Amino acid sequence: MKKYLLPSIKLTIVLVVLLGGIYPLLLAGIAKMAPGKGDGVTVMHNGKVVGYEQIAQKFTEDKYFWSRPSAVDYNAAGSGGSNKAPGNEDYLKIVQERIDTFLVHNPEVKKSEIPAELVTASASGLDPHLSPAAVYIQVARVAKARAISPEKIKQLVAANTKQPLLGMLGTPTVNVLKLNVALDELK
Amino acid sequence: MNTEILGVIATYGLTLLLAWPLARYIVKVFKGDKVWSDFLLPIEKLFYKISGINPKEEMDWKQHMKALLTINLVWFVYAFFALFFQDKLPLNPDGNPGQSPDLAFNTAISFLVNCNLQHYSGETGVTYFTQLFVLAFLQFVSAATGIAALVVVFKAFKDKTVTNLGNFWEIFLKTITRILLPLSIVIAVILIFNGSPASFAGKDTIVTLQGDTVNVSRGPAAGFIAIKHLGTNGGGWFGANSAHPFENPSYVGFITEMVAQVVIPIAMVFALGMFIQRRKFANVIFAIMTIGMICLLIPTMQAEMAGNPALSHMGIQQLTGSMEGKEVRFGPAATGYWSTVTTIISTGSICGFHDSMMPMTGLMQLLGMMLNCLYGGCGVGILNYYIYIIIAVFISGLMVGRTPEFMGHKLEAREVKIAALITLLSPFLILAGTALAAYVLVHHPDADWAVKPGAWLNNPGYHGFSEMLYEVTSANANNGSGFEGLGDNNVFWNVSTGFILILGRYLPILGPVAIAGLMAKKKYVPESAGTLRTDSVTFGVMTFAVIVILNALSYFPALALGPIAEYFSLYK
Repeated sequence: MKKYLLPSIKLTIVLVVLLGGIYPLLLAGIAKMAPGKGDGVTVMHNGKVVGYEQIAQKFTEDKYFWSRPSAVDYNAAGSGGSNKAPGNEDYLKIVQERIDTFLVHNPEVKKSEIPAELVTASASGLDPHLSPAAVYIQVARVAKARAISPEKIKQLVAANTKQPLLGMLGTPTVNVLKLNVALDELK
Repeated sequence: MNTEILGVIATYGLTLLLAWPLARYIVKVFKGDKVWSDFLLPIEKLFYKISGINPKEEMDWKQHMKALLTINLVWFVYAFFALFFQDKLPLNPDGNPGQSPDLAFNTAISFLVNCNLQHYSGETGVTYFTQLFVLAFLQFVSAATGIAALVVVFKAFKDKTVTNLGNFWEIFLKTITRILLPLSIVIAVILIFNGSPASFAGKDTIVTLQGDTVNVSRGPAAGFIAIKHLGTNGGGWFGANSAHPFENPSYVGFITEMVAQVVIPIAMVFALGMFIQRRKFANVIFAIMTIGMICLLIPTMQAEMAGNPALSHMGIQQLTGSMEGKEVRFGPAATGYWSTVTTIISTGSICGFHDSMMPMTGLMQLLGMMLNCLYGGCGVGILNYYIYIIIAVFISGLMVGRTPEFMGHKLEAREVKIAALITLLSPFLILAGTALAAYVLVHHPDADWAVKPGAWLNNPGYHGFSEMLYEVTSANANNGSGFEGLGDNNVFWNVSTGFILILGRYLPILGPVAIAGLMAKKKYVPESAGTLRTDSVTFGVMTFAVIVILNALSYFPALALGPIAEYFSLYK
């Protein structure tokens, strides 16, 4: 044991320097060339930073598209899901409340049309995306609140929809923050 | 065809395409053949010189294990004190506090043994210093420890009669400099260009479009995320792990991380066949592991894509499937695939919360960790499978009435005893650990700990039991994922899982290495017509049967109380 102790300690020290120090510094240097310079990619509106492209925001006003419910109340100083089991009665009550709230704000929508993602909490609590279906279901409300024709908003949604990778891998997504910024910039 | 399922198939296919050339490269590195990365030799020589190591000094299996355990002990002491005193160390822009002694104990062990249970949350429980200099460091070296142990076994298989099995330091260091570090850099750069942060900037404060003020955690995460997957570690930079949109920013990020976590375990199976020049033997192992994975994967994806029956009752649409605790950019099918892979190969990173998944999925996740040998963690997966092979050889030998042999060496009482003990260890730790937790919960619900036992569980009923069973199983398998609703940052869970982690790590490494080392020293018996062929499909099926029977006998009662009971109550 003694024979191995000294080499172990010395090897540990050099590896800590290499793996804990040089490796992340190298990556931080490379990141200077990437979008966002390694600080995270931001979204601008009227010359001001209004958020991060990847981080969901809380939208409660009718004129904005709403993000998915968040178990951490969209506070990106932390992150996490609800960890509620599928059959948990308390959890199902929360979902029912979300359904009721959604129906109050979206009287045009029937309950059977509500996509589950709009009444279930995301994993990170910061999911920045919605599926196109979950965006289109909100178009009538947003159009009414902004007094813009639904067709025009639908065009905007279509322009902000990202198709699956190579058109065939994964899910189509819409970035809610970018869509709302585009709405605000609509003349 | 559904684009979500197509994405899963493409991701797995890409993994296989990359695993083959990687295996060839790994074999060359450990055989000492010429490879492109030989330009690193001067750096390695410098490291040997500073550390006072002679890389040419041959070791037998016992010396290998002594070196392995000694350096692991050094890491444990270093990690414990660094985490305990992290508030007094530099690189703490968010001003996070030091860890409590029991949490530092658990965190240090958990990263030391390649598990990464994480009873803290990344944004608040650690500093940039401990994330980089302790946790990411341990993610590299713990993976290299597992691979080095496996390479010792490779060497024992390869030659007819052999005592000397190479030099531990050389194998260990080369694993880092030639395999883990270069691949980590590639993975990290892909993630950086997809939006993962990598700078040392601290928390940012922003005013949102609607006018709220929120903080956003960031940090040098990309390199951490790369090695957390390549090394099958699984501990996240952020609390939500790879569900966090910074930690796993896009579908390209998903494919990258998915390939990264399973490519080395699969490549090591191929490398086994190339290294000992028994391709067919390795191919049969690969086939059995893959069939095992598919058996777990199909029910998982089916359950997640079908959605939550309780929500269907409420009359809403589940077009894509169950979405609670999942992210839109991955979808339920891909999240299900991730959950299967992360549990069979002991990564334990997640891209959707396991606690909120369907009971069938929970059952498959638990089984994946209980078997712990389908591909398996870096190095240790094949070591676990090797134990099942030894048992299968022994039972087959009894069935046909011949002295059991493996790789040209007689398998005798001592080796079989070791294998039997290792096989019994997992059920003992998992079942006794869960029983102890359940006992404390029922009889001492008000014990004065950081989280009172009465408040441990985030969900009532059968699922609550599953939360405890999952935690203990994850610790034993060195997996690190959790039913995260469990209130696990208190002295009971930190200490109990800490000890389970140690036993569940080092005994399953020592056992197989000892068996291989002992057998390699024995006289070589040439194969004859009477030898039981271990590279046949029949023997593969035999091993599969051994795995299924042993685990079904061990775990069925516990599983019946948890996910199986939950299944029947949810789908009534």
